[in-house]
Amino acid sequence: MRIFGLNRRIIRVLLGSQYAHMLEYRAEIALWALSGVLPFIMLSIWSGSDARSGLGLDGVALDRYFLSAYLVRQFSVVWVVYAFEEDALLGRLSPYLLQPLHPLWRYVAAHLGEQLTRLPFAALIAVVFFAVQPQAFWLPSLGGFLLAWLATWMAFAIAFLFQSLIATLCFWSEKASALERLQFIPFVFLSGLLAPLTAFPPAVRAWAQWTPFPYLIDFPARVLAGQPVDLIAGFGAQLAWIAVLLPLVLLLWRAGVRRYSAMGA
Amino acid sequence: MGRYWRTLRRFWSTALAVQLEYQANVLIELLAVAMSLSGSLFLLSLFYGPDQTLGGWSWAQALMVQGLYTVFDGMASTWLRPNLGAIVTHVREGTLDFVLLKPIDSQFWLSLRTLSPAGLPEIGLGLALLAWGSLQAGVVLTLPTLLMVLVMLLAGGLILYSLWFLIAATSIWFVKTWNATEVLRALLASGRYPLNAYPPALRLLFTVVLPVAFLTTVPAQVLLGAAGAPMLLAGLGLAVVFFAAARSFWLFALRFYTSASS
Repeated sequence: MRIFGLNRRIIRVLLGSQYAHMLEYRAEIALWALSGVLPFIMLSIWSGSDARSGLGLDGVALDRYFLSAYLVRQFSVVWVVYAFEEDALLGRLSPYLLQPLHPLWRYVAAHLGEQLTRLPFAALIAVVFFAVQPQAFWLPSLGGFLLAWLATWMAFAIAFLFQSLIATLCFWSEKASALERLQFIPFVFLSGLLAPLTAFPPAVRAWAQWTPFPYLIDFPARVLAGQPVDLIAGFGAQLAWIAVLLPLVLLLWRAGVRRYSAMGA
Repeated sequence: MGRYWRTLRRFWSTALAVQLEYQANVLIELLAVAMSLSGSLFLLSLFYGPDQTLGGWSWAQALMVQGLYTVFDGMASTWLRPNLGAIVTHVREGTLDFVLLKPIDSQFWLSLRTLSPAGLPEIGLGLALLAWGSLQAGVVLTLPTLLMVLVMLLAGGLILYSLWFLIAATSIWFVKTWNATEVLRALLASGRYPLNAYPPALRLLFTVVLPVAFLTTVPAQVLLGAAGAPMLLAGLGLAVVFFAAARSFWLFALRFYTSASS
């Protein structure tokens, strides 16, 4: 039985081949994992600052928040627009379009394969973090861990759909990846990667809640760190963003493919 | 020497001519710079409330550090990223052969071949922020301080270039680690904040191992009249050491270059 062009065998082959492919690039992926250290730099600034008391994250809660933010970011990194742009430019997209499988699934599998390759490096960085800050060590409960995992996957889904939306604009414009750069800037500042949302002035915070960004880092990170969060509101907002983005991506994709004329054709 | 100067003028005028073909990029770049600078200022403002300081630095003083960081970031996107980012492509595709065969120093060619004017507005905004912060912090600009700051900026630029070049040069061995400079960039982001805002262990790291301190904090201290001659000499010394290291490492690395597909 096929659901969205997928069955168990296709899933296994896709994931297996993409994982093997990503393992070839493990040195590169390790460096990407290392280049995500910004939350730790911000942690060192926040922990010594006068403004710390306003965060509502006392003692080790702040360390745990920023480690969780790092981990959530590692498993929700999305680069589909760059991969897609290259495939469209080099004409690799044409054979993908002929296959009885939505090409986006291929990119989903590539991202999952990359996350699996990233796992040991991210775990190593977490171990180093706990070696430096042993008092911050914690293990989430099984339930908490599963919820955090789900929230991270939902964050990945939102980021993936959002970037796929930008990627489908490649069918119309060559400047699509510039758009990705522009949306990355508010993401960095509003997602909670550099400062927990509780640090924001109330007005900015209320306004940020209406963007998808806080649900990409702040919400999953708080779940993972075991902070008290409104689970229903958080997951509800994540689901709502997926429900908005998914049909948009599919519609734009169909319109785009109709416009697509392969390179060199 | 004159030959190098003439070559450099040719390099940069052709780079400018190429960039003028893509005028929309300048607009996008301008928007990106404006957005990320306002984001950085917003983030910085989160650390300041009534009588709060960041590592003993006032808001105006921290703005000076932020401005200096923006200047160096602009320098990286104008000069370092377009040039040094291409080294790995040359290694992978074997076009480094052509560079090595040219009757001109290969490090000179690789380091100064092109220029991306899209980063210039960032340098301008950074300088403006530095000037505004200095004015607010009550800096009295005298000729000696101005000269000292310029020397420190040059030293900082040289340190940044040498670090970046050192890492880019390792691509002679490890072609696959082309993104190693991304790690450097992430760590350089620590230069956005005054050194005193960090815990002591990181302060040592950012002064000696990865001398980000000499890029932003020390020049700001010079302007504020808080850095003495020893600090200046240390900065200059580090710049010379890092440049010499980058130069000898490049000559060493070339002995291992075997060209592509051989």
